[in-house]
Amino acid sequence: MSGLRVLVGCKRVIDYAVKIRVKPDNTGVITEGVKHSMNPFDEIAVEEAVRMKEKKLASEIIAVSCGPTQCQETLRTAMAMGADKSIHVEVDAASYENLQPLHVAKILAKVAQDVKADIVFTGKQAIDDDCNQTGQMVAALLDWPQATFASKIEKANGDLTVTREIDGGLETIKVQLPAVLTADLRLNEPRYATLPNIMKAKKKKMEKKKPEDYGVDIGPRQSILKVEDPPVRQAGSKLDSVETLVSKLKDAGLVPS
Amino acid sequence: MRKFASLVWNKDGPLISSPSSILKRPHSTFQPIVKTIRFSSTVTLTSSQFTNLPRGPYSVVNDQDIQFFKKVLQGRVTTDSNELEFHNTDWLKTVRGSSKVLLRPKTTEEVSAVVKYCSDRHLAITPQGGNTGLVGGSVPVFDEIIISTQLMNEINSLDPVSGILVCQAGCILEMLDNHVQEHGLTIPLDLGAKGSCHIGGNVATNAGGIRLLRYGSLHGSVLGLTVVLPNGEVMDCLTPLRKDNTGYDLKQLFIGSEGTLGIITGVSIVCPQKPNAVSVALLGCENFQKVLDIFVTCKSHLAEIMSAFEFMDSPSMELVKGNLSLVSPLSEFPFYVLVECSGSDGTHDEEKLMKMLQAVMNRGEALDGIVATDYAKIENIWALRENCALALLKDGYNYKYDVSLPLQHFYTLVEEMRERLKDHVIRTVAYGHVGDGNLHLNFTTSKYCAATMALIEPFLYNWVARHDGSVSAEHGLGLKKRDFIYHSKTPSAVSLMATIKKAIDPQGIMNPYKVLPQVIRGEDGI
Repeated sequence: MSGLRVLVGCKRVIDYAVKIRVKPDNTGVITEGVKHSMNPFDEIAVEEAVRMKEKKLASEIIAVSCGPTQCQETLRTAMAMGADKSIHVEVDAASYENLQPLHVAKILAKVAQDVKADIVFTGKQAIDDDCNQTGQMVAALLDWPQATFASKIEKANGDLTVTREIDGGLETIKVQLPAVLTADLRLNEPRYATLPNIMKAKKKKMEKKKPEDYGVDIGPRQSILKVEDPPVRQAGSKLDSVETLVSKLKDAGLVPS
Repeated sequence: MRKFASLVWNKDGPLISSPSSILKRPHSTFQPIVKTIRFSSTVTLTSSQFTNLPRGPYSVVNDQDIQFFKKVLQGRVTTDSNELEFHNTDWLKTVRGSSKVLLRPKTTEEVSAVVKYCSDRHLAITPQGGNTGLVGGSVPVFDEIIISTQLMNEINSLDPVSGILVCQAGCILEMLDNHVQEHGLTIPLDLGAKGSCHIGGNVATNAGGIRLLRYGSLHGSVLGLTVVLPNGEVMDCLTPLRKDNTGYDLKQLFIGSEGTLGIITGVSIVCPQKPNAVSVALLGCENFQKVLDIFVTCKSHLAEIMSAFEFMDSPSMELVKGNLSLVSPLSEFPFYVLVECSGSDGTHDEEKLMKMLQAVMNRGEALDGIVATDYAKIENIWALRENCALALLKDGYNYKYDVSLPLQHFYTLVEEMRERLKDHVIRTVAYGHVGDGNLHLNFTTSKYCAATMALIEPFLYNWVARHDGSVSAEHGLGLKKRDFIYHSKTPSAVSLMATIKKAIDPQGIMNPYKVLPQVIRGEDGI
């Protein structure tokens, strides 16, 4: 089953170490001038695809990202890690604010058909909206089997054996190709892009597309009413004895009095 | 950069779906918990190590003194020997005093009151911050009273326009940095001990660190100080002004005085704008000359955005990999270079960095390298360099040297020492701030060995002096290096220092036995 073509979805998100700030008008979070990186779970997906290629399981890796121009940096990163080429589906900044997993899933499904992908690989979720929907929706739209939350992927004859992280343990399933995979945290630890590969990535091909090219309408299906900061944690206080602690706990009804 | 929450890797921990915790990896990369290798009480008392150093003619603390302290500092006088253990022993676990009392004032007035009392009673004092000093300067030698800045941790003001921060001396460096970051600023000082060191201690020791290349020394960024003098008088020079040429600039005297002239209680420091974008490259190269070549290339390509240029030799990389299980993203090379750029425009800066990297690769100055722009990855790369000091402690006893040398002699010293000590030490490792000509040279043995020490000192200091270097680049002299001051300073300079010390502290009660040598030579030498 060599020669698989893997399409990897790479979302550009606010770097996970950044302290998120809500816009004063409560319409969203501040993204301007804020450090962005590739969604860490997508990075794990890219890494796995590259490893599949190194094991001669895959023959070509295509990275795809939907969003504003800056997504091209994310795609360059994917190519520096080892993706062969990339597709940037440009969505202007205003429309991007309302871009939902369903829109992205429709685009990915079309791209997958377009490039004749055998595997669509994404992170299990993006760390900005935490939706955890895109991979599953792509599978539904394409009517392909899905293996989500993958923590181990092995080939087995013409199929893939995937270990999934589920509540309370691990589940091992077999999926037939073509299939949709989503990566969980423990699947691998992504590599650092090396200098020679960063240089090579600059010469790799990046196709520029628009949602219309795939016939996908990205008109908003829902609207954001309000984005608010989580409630501020109440300050604690230091007590001088166990007795005071117990009486405080009793007052609060946390221990029976 | 690098003020990002440390990543705590949670082995087999449950996956909790919140953005901060879903990314915890099972692999152990960085362990922030400092494991004490040897218990403090097993460290030899300084008084038994330095047998030719007599205790000064100071009074001994009595019950009446304790009563007085308890009256002034209610509930903040510690006489418990277990609690004192930490404050009596240095971070490197090489020297240990036997102080019987620790005072934790909260205000300048309280410090002034207790210091005045000590002055009247002729009691010796050791001022202490986070106790992260590396030359035995922050712990008592005998039974000096420890005055800790631990509870003096209030931030007085921050002017977001000028970037001038005024705070108490006991503020922890990392906390201050987190605070000013809220206003888009950064503290112009950063070092490995940032999570525990106090700003007052940083100023008192004129700490250097990895940002010196970019922001210069504390002599430039500290604008004012409040200092309690050895007679208890308060010297208030806490001006929040950048320019103030009225008379002698007294604060400069206290920056780097290592607590021998007074206790710093308040600091005013100017904070530069926090860079919006940071990128780090880690390069591997084949010899030290290439490290220097890369430095030159970096200076020409990165000029205004270069914020750090550090090197590690391969034994240093082996050290952090072996003793702390850190993972290096590069294969093995004789030398590693860490270059950091930070600026206002990420895209623009990255472009410059890439051009520079292309140049060093094309010329063969670097054999391989990686670039990180994600905060987590940047943090991981810095961890390799910053944890060298911690990793060394795991070997047992650490002979620590911090010298400045002209760059052409920089690594020759390491090679000579490695050859000289090859059968006597576990390892000889060198890393440091190439950009500042500052070499950190370390040797380790499983426990302290006098014969090994005799091979190192004074040979190493003589070598440094012969090559126009400084025997202490950023760690200070403290107790351990004070007698080597003449290797870097002339007798007349040392003599003037002694005159200043006598004028400010005629009784010699403030951090005695530190900085100035046991024997002060006259102008014509002894």
